[in-house]
Amino acid sequence: MTFARRVTGVAVAAGLMLSAAACGGGKSDEGSAPAGDGPLKGVKVEVAAKWTGPEEANFRKVLEAFTKKTGAEVTYASTGENTDAFLGPRIASKTPPDVAILPQPGLLQQYAAKGSLKPLASDVVAEVDKNFSPYWKELASSDGKTYGVLVKAAYKSILWHRPEAFEETGVQPPATWADLVKASGTLQDGGQTPFALAAGPQDSWTLTDWFENVYLSQAGPDKYDKLAKHEIKWTDPSVGKALETLAEIWGKPEYLAGGLAQATKTKFDGSVTDVFGQKKAAMVYGGDFAAAVVGTTKAKVGTDAKVFAFPKAGDTTPALLGGDVAVALKDGKGAQELMKFLASPEAGKVWAGLGGYLSPNKNVAPDAYSDPIAKQLAQQIQSAGDAARYDLSDLTPAAFGATPGKGMWEGLRSFVQNPKDVKGTQEKLEAEAAKAYK
Amino acid sequence: MSAAQKEASPAATAGGAAAVAGGGSGRGKAATTEGPSWRALLFLLPALVLLGFLVVYPIVYSVIRSFFDGGGDRFVGIDNYIGVFQGRENLVSVRNTAVWVVVAPTLVTILGLLFAVLTERIRWSSAFKLVVFMPMAISFLASGVIFRLVYEQDPDKGVANAAMVAVHDMFRDSAGYPGAGPRGGADQPVKAEGTTVVTANPVNPGQTALLPLLRIKPEHLPAKPTPAAQPPAAKPGEITGTVWFDFTRGGGGTPNAPNAGENGLPKIKVEAVRGGKVVATATTRDDGTFTLRKVGDGAVTVRLPQENFTAAYRGAEWLGDTLITPAIIVSYLWVWSGFAMVLIAAGLAAIPRDAMEAARVDGATEWQVFRRVTIPLLAPVLMVVLVTMTINVLKVFDLVFIVGGGDPNASVLALQMWTEAFGGGNDQGAGSAIAVLLFLLVVPAMLFNIRRLRQEQR
Repeated sequence: MTFARRVTGVAVAAGLMLSAAACGGGKSDEGSAPAGDGPLKGVKVEVAAKWTGPEEANFRKVLEAFTKKTGAEVTYASTGENTDAFLGPRIASKTPPDVAILPQPGLLQQYAAKGSLKPLASDVVAEVDKNFSPYWKELASSDGKTYGVLVKAAYKSILWHRPEAFEETGVQPPATWADLVKASGTLQDGGQTPFALAAGPQDSWTLTDWFENVYLSQAGPDKYDKLAKHEIKWTDPSVGKALETLAEIWGKPEYLAGGLAQATKTKFDGSVTDVFGQKKAAMVYGGDFAAAVVGTTKAKVGTDAKVFAFPKAGDTTPALLGGDVAVALKDGKGAQELMKFLASPEAGKVWAGLGGYLSPNKNVAPDAYSDPIAKQLAQQIQSAGDAARYDLSDLTPAAFGATPGKGMWEGLRSFVQNPKDVKGTQEKLEAEAAKAYK
Repeated sequence: MSAAQKEASPAATAGGAAAVAGGGSGRGKAATTEGPSWRALLFLLPALVLLGFLVVYPIVYSVIRSFFDGGGDRFVGIDNYIGVFQGRENLVSVRNTAVWVVVAPTLVTILGLLFAVLTERIRWSSAFKLVVFMPMAISFLASGVIFRLVYEQDPDKGVANAAMVAVHDMFRDSAGYPGAGPRGGADQPVKAEGTTVVTANPVNPGQTALLPLLRIKPEHLPAKPTPAAQPPAAKPGEITGTVWFDFTRGGGGTPNAPNAGENGLPKIKVEAVRGGKVVATATTRDDGTFTLRKVGDGAVTVRLPQENFTAAYRGAEWLGDTLITPAIIVSYLWVWSGFAMVLIAAGLAAIPRDAMEAARVDGATEWQVFRRVTIPLLAPVLMVVLVTMTINVLKVFDLVFIVGGGDPNASVLALQMWTEAFGGGNDQGAGSAIAVLLFLLVVPAMLFNIRRLRQEQR
């Protein structure tokens, strides 16, 4: 008898392990908001996003506002840096979270093509129409169906600088690329290193942002859209022109803090602290989110660290946005209601008041922002209107636009190492793109 | 295979229960004498089922998956396997894996052997061993983060380069004004000639020369700079001049003239050159002025030699294209040599002392004892360490992932497998192919270990 029991025991244990494996993988947090009274009382919604730390705390406050409004119980799960690595297995095992916040629209297209996403209900689409410009809606749509809501924007058409270094050498924040190159020369003559460049393999996305700003400015939004869809090739002369323009700064190792050897190993955080902490350079590229890194140094955003609009390299004033898109992965009232809430100006206002946030929602007034730089950027976004574009590298397949050591990241990184080779760089980019878009 | 087991398992369990309840039937007895019986199989079943699900099934599925494309619907034959050896990134990772397998286990074993033999006879050997073994207690991710900081390029941040710079500067001081140079463009009083700075026009004795320089880093200026002065009047046979930082703070100022707010550059070496020969030398004073005496007759070129501008030594490019794999291997040694040491020290303790004593009595030197007695006796242990390390090195991932930070020049097969399958490539077919390849590479080492284990048991 004991033998039989033991065998069954093992079989049961094996069964348990299997079922445990089946539902494993989810790292949902316990700290769910207490449910209030509302139309969705008792409904549970799981949201997954990559945010941690203060960003997560702020997002949780937004979710609390949703709970207060509807009574639904919301749990938050952190996906870690690689969203696809978290969501992919959960989608495959058919236990996805109700709502996920994707860091790239490229991922939205990928999931939509696989049929893993639920289209937005018509009332949510109406809310999106009311609050967002058509470009953003189109970005979050696939095959004529709208799947996503752009919930959080990052403004990427700015350069940060140290006003102290500018005063020292008598340089004014430049408005055009030619002025930027001239200002860099003057800074260098005056003994200041103009730039800290984050060209380390893990953070080469800064290079893609440099490129996109220059390309959008020179080639205009139409060509930009085509390049993003790979309708024109990377061997196109317009790409070559943008690279040649970039080489006016990237191609001069003496313009880069620590020279080429250091620039090609520098991470994004390091490049910002080099400028504002160690004061080793005068300017650094970084979106509005760089403020968080500046905050780790003694420099104060707004006085010791200021921003100016990314200089125009062509006819268009570049206005480049990144951002996170919320999508629904499961049917159910809770998911759609949350999407509707996230699309509303209400959520944007709560978030804007908390700081560290920019809304692509045109009905969130600049006055809603608590910090002055965010207010300035929100105005820039709204004035750019329909000419604003989404970060190109995030529109391309992840293998091309969002992977360390591959595609556009590595292509531009090796261009920094070898800035004379415009043609070779273009060919390499095109080869990688062809592989990724197949 | 696993499917068959799955179906068989409930029935077999029921049968087993019945058989036990039935007690010692004749059938059961007969089976025990005829080799592996259904009853033995029954005992093994739970383990087999688990192994099947957790080990065999994934392996078989990976092999099948490796013959399909990224989406998993199209059969592509051995294309994925050919792909492993195509494209620069893949080839680099194959090359790096080869370097790792050849270098890392050997070095770990040698280091472990050295530590074990050398610590054997010192008094504080346990303490020493503890210290060497300590890195094993740190996760590889943390070790990776540590070494990322060690190899930081900026000597102010990375300890490796800080040490290199400190040692270098002990022998050769890199004082001066690295990076400084003349203003660009035509019609300037001075120009760059190679790594030196020279006056554009010849200077006659009795004249003065102005040598404006730009691009002086604030940290190279004296703590209390002296304003630049006009050169003193030159007596016959002398040349006087000023070398100064020709940049007015806050911009403005007349170029090529020492204005107010511009500082002299002290301790710059100045040479007068006539026909390729240095005829006089001088060093600038605090206000940047200098006097070249006994210049002789005829025009000369005033030159600021290269030693004024020697670029500061910034250390090695540890995470550059060539050094990155060796640098990561060093971090691997840091983690694993303690482990090898402990294994080898245990083996060393088990060696019969009389063999070594006998050799010594016969007049062998310590080196001969080590080479001819200790090593042959330790050979089985060394082999175990070497093989274990080889298996370990083939799957090295975390250190490369963290220290390399995605640099394709550091990539190894295990990392490439992840990148292709999940980390952006999203092609599980190609990833599976690399996984199967790695599996095949590990198999010989595994077989060796199993065979040795069997021999020991006999």
